[in-house]
Amino acid sequence: MSDARAAILGTLRRTRDAHPLTPPPSDFAPLAEKQWPPEERLPRIRRLMEAVHTEFLEATEADWPTVVTDFLTREGAATLLYAPETIDGAVLANAGPGGSLHLIPYDRPIDDFKQQMFEGIDAGLTGTLGAIADTGSLILWPSAQEPRLLSLVPHIHVALLRADALYDSFWQAMRDGRWADGMPTNALLISGPSKTADIEQTLAYGVHGPKRLVVVIVR
Amino acid sequence: MADHAAQAVNFAAASKAALQDSELRGNFRRAMDGLMTKRAVQFADGQEWHRMRALAASVRLRALSKLPELLEQLETNLTRNGIQVHWAATTAEANAITLEIMRKANATLAVKGKSMVTEEMHLNAFLEDHGIEVLESDLGEYIVQLDGTMPSHIIMPAIHLNTKQIAHLFKQKIKDAASTGEDAAALTDLARRILRQKFMNAGVGMSGVNAAVAETGTLCLIENEGNGRMCTTVPPVHIAFMGLEKVVEKLEDVPPIISLLPRSATGQPITTYVNMISSPRKEGEKDGPREIHVVILDNGRSSVYADPELRDTLRCIRCGACMNHCPVYTKVGGHAYQAPYPGPIGKILVPQMEGLAKRGEMPHACTMCNACVEICPVKIPIVEIMGRLRVEAVRPGTAVKDAGAQASRTEALVWKGWAAMNSSPLAYRLATTALSTVGNAAPASLPLLKDWTNVRSKPRFAAKTLHDLARKKGIPDV
Repeated sequence: MSDARAAILGTLRRTRDAHPLTPPPSDFAPLAEKQWPPEERLPRIRRLMEAVHTEFLEATEADWPTVVTDFLTREGAATLLYAPETIDGAVLANAGPGGSLHLIPYDRPIDDFKQQMFEGIDAGLTGTLGAIADTGSLILWPSAQEPRLLSLVPHIHVALLRADALYDSFWQAMRDGRWADGMPTNALLISGPSKTADIEQTLAYGVHGPKRLVVVIVR
Repeated sequence: MADHAAQAVNFAAASKAALQDSELRGNFRRAMDGLMTKRAVQFADGQEWHRMRALAASVRLRALSKLPELLEQLETNLTRNGIQVHWAATTAEANAITLEIMRKANATLAVKGKSMVTEEMHLNAFLEDHGIEVLESDLGEYIVQLDGTMPSHIIMPAIHLNTKQIAHLFKQKIKDAASTGEDAAALTDLARRILRQKFMNAGVGMSGVNAAVAETGTLCLIENEGNGRMCTTVPPVHIAFMGLEKVVEKLEDVPPIISLLPRSATGQPITTYVNMISSPRKEGEKDGPREIHVVILDNGRSSVYADPELRDTLRCIRCGACMNHCPVYTKVGGHAYQAPYPGPIGKILVPQMEGLAKRGEMPHACTMCNACVEICPVKIPIVEIMGRLRVEAVRPGTAVKDAGAQASRTEALVWKGWAAMNSSPLAYRLATTALSTVGNAAPASLPLLKDWTNVRSKPRFAAKTLHDLARKKGIPDV
């Protein structure tokens, strides 16, 4: 359909040149001004995310694997999918499963275990790149080591958040991290468990993605 | 094959029917009141609101000022990232492109996340005619599809139905629905179980695009349910549909839009998911589609772009807030418009896309109260454009398709008479004297008068004209 391409671009160029448009300058100050004192960021993130049913756990670098596995066992989860090639994944595998929880490594392409992924996994564990105070959002850049579906298909998504990786706004995170220099296959903001209000404005959680989002604050 | 786009529309008749439906009016009134209140909470800081919308408007205007260049840059960067770009001048071309991709992928089932562009295309009906099943996965769209109707709101497609009606629909159409009762959570869970099977088995996933970044070749999608992520991650092929105006220049231009869209639409600070896609599955990655296609659709947008005044229509970021605040939309509901885009934005966009012969009624269904303009996050002068389209509808011209389609001899004659009466003092005096003495004798059932007096009492002419009264007070005629 290259005819369509030429015709569309031709029309746009011709009519724009006939009536050029001078846009006003973009003043990003209202985004730059979205700032919170460091000690207020985490409480704000927590408040905003709890308002949409996110759950929080507190842990340290030493005990987070136990905190996670204890929690999931208590909640009746039987299986935890994790990313064995990440540092966090290696730490979890080293600590070993707690109680009756089975650790399942995401170590092959989804095409080889789609059925199990959809029907046999209770929880998935991922890291995060940090969180955003303005909106209460986690930042994730899934990768070859930590695939995209880990945070989507399992009924419970457990996400590790380092307490020192906090940003004021999405705009700040994007600028500080120089995202525009190289975007990953997929970049995500996640601000709660999956939800819908499509049935008469009644909020219901867990429509297609995770029913529960559990953020583990690691200090 | 049925021509789904060519169905006759009768906005006036549909509005009349909607106004008689008290359950429908109740559903809309409740929903719109709730949405307006929630939005207002998000923009409690008036300063922040004014500065943010100025920023968002500048982002959209800058994109429009460089539209052809940015579309080329977008294409270059998407292609470099391994995403295939297709251009479609018409919805028929876009449908044909989609069918070809589906056939090459040997796919007979597609799952779709919300995409208003595919509503413009009537894509589901087109593919079904070719033996391909397309399942809507956004819960609201899924409900509407089960019901065999179309979305009544661009953000909340099933807002015209209440829980009871949806429970009844599920019971009729889904065999395991017997136990769900009228509980929104149970109904949602049932849809989850059904759709998860479909996500797993679909050969193609389809989505819309909220913003496409020229600088990086990135597609941004926002959503709450996770179906958008499912459609763009699980099936081996992903097709994204975008109107050609959806491009922005820089990655940095995305946060202002993400900040205003969910707050304006549903009063939430952000959607559950902001999904930015820049490439298909790379070597070594374990999931994600192996192919991504982007279909860039014109469908009349380049003609909208051609006129410097009408061009502002293309700033729209599809938040739907104008619908939520529109006194007409709230009363007649979304279906009365019989168009992919209802409400204020629909009333200016659809006539430009489909022509004033078919859609000339739409710009008239507006009280010009300006509520939509006040809350538009990108400051589209909706009411000014509405006025312009009213003129275009009765005056033959070239700016809008079928301009002059509504030109009426009677109306032209009435205005000619009006002008003549008002430009001659003698004619004016004669006419006003005549109306004040015998005007009230005109029966309410006169052809033109009847449209007004059907639902209102007939206005009465005063016994003395304003001129008479002024003269009596000694004010000279001059």
